Amino acid sequence: MHDPAVRSLLDMFARIAATMEAERDHLSDLDGAIGDADHGMTMALGFRAVVVALGRLDAASAKPADVFRTAAGAFLDAVGASTGPLYANGFLRAAQRLDGCDGLDCASAATLLDAMAAGIAQRGKGSRGEKTMLDVWLPAAEAAQHALADRPDRFWTIVLDAAERGAAATRSMVAVRGRAARVGERSIGHIDPGAVSALMIIRAMAESFKP
Amino acid sequence: MQRFINNPDEVVEDTVKGFVKAHADLVRLSAANRRVVVSTAAPVKGKVGVVTGGGSGHEPAFIGYTGRAMLDAVAVGELFSSPTAKSFHDAIKEANGGAGVICLYGNYAGDNMNVKMATKLAAKDGIEVATVVANDDVCSAGPDERDRRRGVAGEIFMWKIGGAKAATGASLEEVRVTAQKAIDNCRSIGVGLAPCTLPAVGHPNFQIEAGTMEVGIGHHGEPGIRVEPLKTAAEIARDMCQIVLDDHGLAEGTEVAVLLSGLGATPLNELYILNDTVEAEIADRGLKVHRSLVGNYFTSLEMVGASLTVMALDDELKTLLDAEASCPAMP
Repeated sequence: MHDPAVRSLLDMFARIAATMEAERDHLSDLDGAIGDADHGMTMALGFRAVVVALGRLDAASAKPADVFRTAAGAFLDAVGASTGPLYANGFLRAAQRLDGCDGLDCASAATLLDAMAAGIAQRGKGSRGEKTMLDVWLPAAEAAQHALADRPDRFWTIVLDAAERGAAATRSMVAVRGRAARVGERSIGHIDPGAVSALMIIRAMAESFKP
Repeated sequence: MQRFINNPDEVVEDTVKGFVKAHADLVRLSAANRRVVVSTAAPVKGKVGVVTGGGSGHEPAFIGYTGRAMLDAVAVGELFSSPTAKSFHDAIKEANGGAGVICLYGNYAGDNMNVKMATKLAAKDGIEVATVVANDDVCSAGPDERDRRRGVAGEIFMWKIGGAKAATGASLEEVRVTAQKAIDNCRSIGVGLAPCTLPAVGHPNFQIEAGTMEVGIGHHGEPGIRVEPLKTAAEIARDMCQIVLDDHGLAEGTEVAVLLSGLGATPLNELYILNDTVEAEIADRGLKVHRSLVGNYFTSLEMVGASLTVMALDDELKTLLDAEASCPAMP
């Protein structure tokens, strides 16, 4: 007897892993312009490890929090650099916030986005405008809160719109954090690969959560 | 540039495999983790374990400093990229002789995060872990924000001193205090003449125009404090000494250890040319060189350039620096 929320989350991680695999070279090319060209490989490796670990999870008795806890451990073991701890902490925070939660409605999706953004921001001590994945996660999490209050019927449209605008906005930013910070001003004009992969994750989330 | 590689994605794997074969008397690969190199003597029961870790591409750092009275275990990252928290955690476990483990690493965002998580994981195993974070790169932040400075070749002195202190049977806290003193007494500067390229990228991700040099460049090509026309070796050596020693502010008569490392593609003879002026400058300031190391000790793939590290010595640091040790990078 599967928890339907768990089924959605397993589907979500499978979608993310497939996307990262498919976009691996694209993400690495984006990274090559301002970083060390390994972002596609890193994300594909990390989410492949997550899917393998989730395959061993007892889905029949698992709760949403267990899915995220497993994902956090697998991602952390597979990925170094900054990306490993950042996403692992996001997933851990999500697990804490989803503890005791069964279904996954818009309210829990908003909670999830908020937890991811907070976990990543806490671990990386980052904020908006620094040309990182947070330029997608933070506006998406904020938009989710507004959508929940004002237009729950258009929840994912509003969240995705904010995430897309966030990713696009990194193009004109100067990197001040992470690997791209070393090229400074020269990072202007290049979209941040971490922001692009964050957008891909949120898109997969939307696909899996949409009723 | 033509390279000896098999597959750009397997550079680290192949490097580590060849390394442990070359130095089988001193190091082995961890059975639990192919990204952890361990001293054949580790763990030493009752001794504080000494661990570091960092991105690859800096050979002989970090793995080359694994050995006796040096590092017990080293976590290996991808090229220029922090090792995973799991690798740091496994290195800590391999080094654990029951007296706690000290992790001596450099100040980079990824390493800070992964070490912090590894420390928490080790605590769950009942292993006490202390850390010292190297921040010897003078040009990476101003003197009033030293905690933001990156760690560079001064880490080698930190490892040597920390490893020697641990070998005396000192406690974890004693090793921490001494290793901290070692890195606090280090100042470093890098000068880059030509950039390096990650094999999987295929083009340099920073530029140094022909005829110019970047003063204060970081170990991964992080921008320095100024780009200027290439000068003579003597002028460059004097500039490097000035930046390092002005930041140091050492009293006349202080004894120092000097480490002049190539960044990968600078020939050894040019390092000796630099060293000639470096030692003269140091003497001019009334300082005494107790020991100097000149060679490729901490590189950045095939970057052309050099780094200078000056460590101020007291009696304890001098004794520990001179204490017997063996590792592949310091025969």
